[in-house]
Amino acid sequence: MLTDEVGKGATSASRPAYSADNPLRSGGSLIQLITPRGERISHPEFDVWVKDVSDEQLGSLYEDMTVIRRIDAEATALQRQGELALWPPLLGQEASQIGSSRALREDDFVFPSYRESGVAYVRGAELAEIAKVWRGNASYGWDPQRIKLATPQIIIGSQSLHATGYAMGIQHDGADSVVMAYFGDGATSEGDVSEAMVFAASFQAPVVFFCQNNHWAISEPVRLQSHVQIADRPNGFGIPSMRVDGNDVLAVLAATRVALDRARKGGGPTFIEAVTYRMGPHTTADDPTRYRDPNELEDWAAKDPIARLKALLDSKGLLTEQLEAKVQAKADAVAAEFRAGCIDMPDPAPLDVFNHVYSTPNSWIERQKDHYSRYLESFSGSAEEGAL
Amino acid sequence: MSATMIKEFRLPDLGEGLTESEILSWKVAVGDTVTLNQVIAEVETAKAVVELPSPFAGVVTALHEQPGTIVEVGKPIVSFEVDDAGSGTATGGSAAPVAEAVGAPAKREPNLVGYGAVVEASGRPVRRQRAQSGAAAALAEQSAPAQPLPAATPVDEPLDALSAGERPRSTPPVRKLARDLGIDLQMVTGTGPAGLITRADVQNFVDAAAAGTPAVPAAVGVPGVLPGERETRTPIKGVRKFTAAAMVQSAFTAPHVTEFLTVDVTPTMELLARLKASKGFEGYKLTPLTIAAKAVLVALRRNPTLNSRWDEAAQEIVQFNYVNLGIAAATPRGLTVPNIKDADRMTLLELSMALSELTDTARAGKTSPAELSGGTISITNIGVFGIDAGTPILNPGEAAIVALGSVRKAPWVHNDELAVRQVMSLSLSFDHRMVDGEQGSRFLTDLGAILADPAIVMTML
Repeated sequence: MLTDEVGKGATSASRPAYSADNPLRSGGSLIQLITPRGERISHPEFDVWVKDVSDEQLGSLYEDMTVIRRIDAEATALQRQGELALWPPLLGQEASQIGSSRALREDDFVFPSYRESGVAYVRGAELAEIAKVWRGNASYGWDPQRIKLATPQIIIGSQSLHATGYAMGIQHDGADSVVMAYFGDGATSEGDVSEAMVFAASFQAPVVFFCQNNHWAISEPVRLQSHVQIADRPNGFGIPSMRVDGNDVLAVLAATRVALDRARKGGGPTFIEAVTYRMGPHTTADDPTRYRDPNELEDWAAKDPIARLKALLDSKGLLTEQLEAKVQAKADAVAAEFRAGCIDMPDPAPLDVFNHVYSTPNSWIERQKDHYSRYLESFSGSAEEGAL
Repeated sequence: MSATMIKEFRLPDLGEGLTESEILSWKVAVGDTVTLNQVIAEVETAKAVVELPSPFAGVVTALHEQPGTIVEVGKPIVSFEVDDAGSGTATGGSAAPVAEAVGAPAKREPNLVGYGAVVEASGRPVRRQRAQSGAAAALAEQSAPAQPLPAATPVDEPLDALSAGERPRSTPPVRKLARDLGIDLQMVTGTGPAGLITRADVQNFVDAAAAGTPAVPAAVGVPGVLPGERETRTPIKGVRKFTAAAMVQSAFTAPHVTEFLTVDVTPTMELLARLKASKGFEGYKLTPLTIAAKAVLVALRRNPTLNSRWDEAAQEIVQFNYVNLGIAAATPRGLTVPNIKDADRMTLLELSMALSELTDTARAGKTSPAELSGGTISITNIGVFGIDAGTPILNPGEAAIVALGSVRKAPWVHNDELAVRQVMSLSLSFDHRMVDGEQGSRFLTDLGAILADPAIVMTML
């Protein structure tokens, strides 16, 4: 349920107090348009937001979700083969990432965390650019201005501040584009996210906080971190929120469109909690079997985002052999391109590390660069002997 | 068909800075044709057990490491014959064509992600200023990482490096390896630059000692008692370490009392035979353990103090109103005690299913942490080893543990006559802080009464 009506109530004593047991809290009902079994159910408020989604578009959402799952599998394999240093899997979160990013306009700006590789794919990042940072090849993958997507933020939740600041800039420009900040359930326990919400509410900045509650902050379960539902937290800051089935791509799309529309029209920030599940490890360096009940994974596998969309397509007679072959071919091609782009990437030269520290020449960096190049030269005599 | 070439897959750094991994098992054999990303091995790092997907499509030509070996990152573990035209895969840091790996070992390895390993393999950066005679240094540099070196490799300054009183030059991981293996580094000849002792040197020393061949004599006169011949040293780690800590903690915090009772379980064995033949249990695994577990649960209902925990911090005794029944299981990795949650609410059939699942999971080494925690009482079935009785140590935090002895035919007084009956010994250890002799004895006699006459349960429930 939307809680717009309590959005600005923080200043008014006559409004209901915000608390976990407030009947107006958002968390009570989960917005869902496709059930885990793939039935399309109607919703009085949200149906209208996805009325325009054609059969063809439904098929393309399915394609995108399948493709990013494949990227994820390929990247995980590449890490095991020593071609990537690390990879944060997105398995299980495809609907959250595709449903939300497909709602964005080209001129909207996105601030992702490190797990939004699916969002990067939708925004138009090249596959090798997605692989680049995880290969340890560069500290950035793509040009943020070109695809309006900031570099992935490793520091938990910090991008919510960058997003809010950028949104305040949009206000100054008088534009109607919106900023989307992605983060996880764990980030909502961080000070940065709280501060971002304070500023976003105070300035009514056009920012959407999109929280993928994947239930685990590495090994910390969400139930330990938050005694209320995550979607209840922003209400304390005076920010309306929605709690949406994050494994339902249509519901995510609808909720994101509601939030974007509100922001574009000057209605300020919205917080979306997409309830989903991290089916894989936190990163390829993690072993979730050490802290997670395997039954839980089984429960969530039954709610798989791709399986349910596939079932819906099937029931509508849209899951043709042609569509399946097309999606399969696309996924295969993307996986092969991702692999080739990753493996064939040239190694950076040692001095490249100085290249993007400052945007303008800097004497101190020049000095360090000079020292380092002379240090490297000292190896030249024995370089053929594999000294370094 | 185009020409083929051999490619090697070198062990990558699987988790942000690891230097080694243990090969647990191979999923392929020499001669197998594999596809790209097909799982070829299972390896265990310090962080996780992971599956290795094949970086190539091709035919496996060699497996370089045996299961159970700990392999350094960067070492080749498997070779493939692949189409020269390339099977959609290119070469990368860890999957390099052999020609490059062997033919030009001096070339700097593109150290893409395995930052721990290359340093280990090639030694420290050699500055030009360092007075190493070029040829010898270069040779040592080249050969040290790849192959165990013949001892004859000339090194510059072994005497300096190993002069009395000075610690032999090595690196922390190698020193740790030596310590784990019980090797005194003074006895190992270093073949790395400037006499640096490498991992391969230590390994060679151990191999030589194990093979009984005289190892490379120590550079200085340390009297050499070669380890490995008359004793085997195994590093204390993993499940063994955990078990040891748990047992010490339990044995020295809970005052154990153990009682024994030998009973005629012939009626139980007859019941077992009848149940096995009945339709309801067709296809299910029923064993004396199943009946005994059920009997423990019934006896526990009458003697709940044995199903409790001493909470030292809270200064409280927690009595559980549910039973999570632990079953000690010998697994390939050692002893584990997974438990069956809410076993007291299960029917005999459910219990038998839970028991088979639990043992299968444990034997496969797939027991989850959740299944290992939260137990309230345990059973250890020492009978399967042909043992009659023992003094089991409590699973830490639990108040009681029952050891089931083997069921044997024995002379027994039955109906005032000597008869051959099936007899079993029960051993019960309990924590005397919570359980007194009276309660422990009552529980044990109840348990014995049920096994001696299962129908007595009618009077107990």
